[in-house]
Amino acid sequence: MNKNNVQEQLKEVGIDILKCMQCGMCSGSCPSGRHTSLNVRRLIRHACKNPDVLRKKELWMCTTCYNCQERCPRNINIVDAILKIRTIAAHEGMILAEHRHVIKLLIEYGHAVPIDEMSMNKREQLGLERLPETVHKYPEALEEIKTLLKSCNLDKILDHDS
Amino acid sequence: MVQIALFLGCLIPNRYPGIEMATKLCLSKLGIDVTDLRGASCCPAPGVFRSFDSPTWLTVAGRNLALGEEMQRDLLTICNGCFGSLADANRTLKEREDLRKKTNVHLQMINHQFKGTIDVRHIAEFLYSDIGPKTIKESIEKTLALKVAVHYGCHLIKPSMERGLGSFERPHFFDEIVEATGAKSIEYPDKMECCGAGGGMRSGFKERSLAMAEHKLSKIKEAGVDCIVNACPFCHMQMDHGQQEIEKTFGKAYNIPVLHYSQLLGLALGFTPEKLGIHLNAIKNQEFEEKLASSIEV
Repeated sequence: MNKNNVQEQLKEVGIDILKCMQCGMCSGSCPSGRHTSLNVRRLIRHACKNPDVLRKKELWMCTTCYNCQERCPRNINIVDAILKIRTIAAHEGMILAEHRHVIKLLIEYGHAVPIDEMSMNKREQLGLERLPETVHKYPEALEEIKTLLKSCNLDKILDHDS
Repeated sequence: MVQIALFLGCLIPNRYPGIEMATKLCLSKLGIDVTDLRGASCCPAPGVFRSFDSPTWLTVAGRNLALGEEMQRDLLTICNGCFGSLADANRTLKEREDLRKKTNVHLQMINHQFKGTIDVRHIAEFLYSDIGPKTIKESIEKTLALKVAVHYGCHLIKPSMERGLGSFERPHFFDEIVEATGAKSIEYPDKMECCGAGGGMRSGFKERSLAMAEHKLSKIKEAGVDCIVNACPFCHMQMDHGQQEIEKTFGKAYNIPVLHYSQLLGLALGFTPEKLGIHLNAIKNQEFEEKLASSIEV
């Protein structure tokens, strides 16, 4: 794990979570927090001082609704911070199995939600072509996506043991 | 004639093709020259791919944007996720020369280049700003006598600084184009609240994600509406297919019909529910179907 603390890495991309005064506007505004163990205020406090924030499952319970970021009286880009912390975690192999699966789908099909037989039938029923005008229909377009993802090393994220 | 390239994304062509059909029928009827963005991929989904790796997110989005530039058409999205992802990537690549250069290094490998010559639009704000509620009202063939729970979804309006569509707390533009069909937008508590699907929640924590949707559905049920109208297929899936999952998971049946705005507008423009794929939704509500059949003609 990168020993450099998370807060410093956030600072490098222009997000200063040390501005946080722990007022709780974020957690009070969080729709996920009503139903999950996500407490944004605590998550940010944790990120200020402790790199093990990367292991917190709550990091992945944010729906990115942006309520907290919109209302933060200190103007901290909280959702951007959460996304950045997720990126650090993902690059250290901390990623949910379900999300790993979504990455595999993009790499294979160029779609996070690829078409299935039932939907092709629905398309036909509506008078649409069975395959949409996307990478699904054009193999050369799918090849372009595969080339780009390889060039960006997205599959490296999958190399870590889960 | 307004020319635009339709960005389909994943969920609409691959799960809810009725929304694709409805969008194409409506735009053509309104005299808009719409064509598919040929060879487009996933936007890519902001909640997950932007979380994992920002350069990958920018590069795949950059290719979709470059395809639109090559056609010399703005991209029209019909999904809040695609809108958020592509609009944010477009702005970032236009503003940040360093990131544009890095992204173009990847894109050069496949003979594309991001130049920054087009805009990304969302069908709700596009119809409101470029067509307008008045024109929509004049174009309809059927006045819809429906009570509607409007669901904006998060990424249509937030982050509000970037979107520039006014108040994120109490927006009204979507309600206005809904009401242009004759339908009445009914206020309800937590109207602006998230459906619970985004950010990788639906895939990562399904049961909790559904609990969020259930909360919203319970408020909508109390308000007493004929249907929900959204502007995003992920919200649509969460609230439509999600109702079946909620019934299995929590034993609560809501049976509230869910329409994408294109489908609501399609009804008002005189297309049948079957043509618009409304019958292909997970929720089948006979009372609603009968109501649609008897909606007042102008």
